[in-house]
Amino acid sequence: MAYLPSHELVDGVLSGDARSIARMLTRAENGADEARAALDRLYARAGRAHVVGVTGVPGSGKSTLVAKLAAAIRRSGRTVAIVAVDPSSPYSGGAILGDRIRMADLAGDPGVWVRSMATRGALGGLARGTLESVDVLDAAGYDIVIIETVGVGQDEVDVARAAHTTVVVSAPGLGDDIQAIKAGILEIADVHVVSKCDRPEANRTIADLKSMLAMGLALDGPGERRGVAVVATSAATGEGVDELLVEIDAHRDRLVASGALAQRRSAIAERRLLKAAEDILRDRFERRRGAGVAALLARLDARSISPHAAALDLLRGLDWSAPE
Amino acid sequence: MSGRERIRVIVAKVGLDGHDRGVKIVARTLRDAGMDVIYTGLHRTPEEVVDAAIQEDVDVIGVSILSGAHMTVFPRILDRLAAREAGDILVVGGGVIPDEDVARLKSLGVAEILLQDTPPEAIVAMVRRVVAERGPR
Repeated sequence: MAYLPSHELVDGVLSGDARSIARMLTRAENGADEARAALDRLYARAGRAHVVGVTGVPGSGKSTLVAKLAAAIRRSGRTVAIVAVDPSSPYSGGAILGDRIRMADLAGDPGVWVRSMATRGALGGLARGTLESVDVLDAAGYDIVIIETVGVGQDEVDVARAAHTTVVVSAPGLGDDIQAIKAGILEIADVHVVSKCDRPEANRTIADLKSMLAMGLALDGPGERRGVAVVATSAATGEGVDELLVEIDAHRDRLVASGALAQRRSAIAERRLLKAAEDILRDRFERRRGAGVAALLARLDARSISPHAAALDLLRGLDWSAPE
Repeated sequence: MSGRERIRVIVAKVGLDGHDRGVKIVARTLRDAGMDVIYTGLHRTPEEVVDAAIQEDVDVIGVSILSGAHMTVFPRILDRLAAREAGDILVVGGGVIPDEDVARLKSLGVAEILLQDTPPEAIVAMVRRVVAERGPR
């Protein structure tokens, strides 16, 4: 395929043309200025897909689970796209993206799209272009878009503000770690998964999660968190995967029935607005590095100005009317 | 452009060839050179590799092959790329391949073949060179 400007890819994306979708995803990932208008058009056409976030600590079995879940989605007659995020090297900026290794069974099915994406230094468990990539796949017509985060620690909860349904995967045998991350990612789950449930320690993990959820209900009363399920899955036996899909669908149905979906969409929109503003600022800052910034850095080093005051100076110096 | 472009490479093992130490070293080398490297895992078909390469929108498919099946595997990859109108995705290979086959593979459209004892820097330089020669897309 010869070079095509992004605006000429939009029709291809909307009609499901593989190469147009793939090119557009790259441009979304690169944050290319040239692609901005095309991405804006695709944003306008997106909003139909149910977006499912899958997160969990490294090695918890996210990729394997996502592969099985995608197969279950296909069996239910729907199409699915997966955006799988892996970490970039903080030193070279490069990345090894290995999520496809676990997704071999999905090969050759045109109803499945898998795209690997490196974080490129972004924090929070997602890459900078992840949400625009979701727009592209949504606009291309995929029924469900799964975002698989990097292996996260305690606090990388961005996915909960990007997805309609968030699945948190816990592997058995982490024992005290479960307790430790209680205030972090466990709180964002709409559905809990305990992976590797063929292992003997799994029952303990399931019990821990259920008692945590019960305690939350006792303290807070039933609110939006009511009905958070704990699903035990095993990639080895396939157990629990169909049940997980049932729970994801049930969560979506509850969101629709209660009107909470609108709130969630609005929360996602708000988050994206802030993120976009942040990205624009960071880009402008990086492009200006050297110019007025050097003088500010010298003053910071001499402690004649605080970082906060210097940042305000910097913002006042930016020309907001100029194109990026 | 905001300078976030990176060379994307998919490295693959195709068919009944379980020797993946080399391909992992290549993946690591390219990562350390700042590229995004997708690894497919073992025992893929040529068609699966091409379909994955298209979805991942890679610049380069790198096939490590030590099984002797290179005269079957590379033509099937090139055929599939042509069938899917993805001839701009470059194919390179590495492994144990006789010199006369290297010449035949290049005449079929493989961009480059690197043989054993190739130093890591040469692999990085080769990938950068073939991508630069192809130009933007």
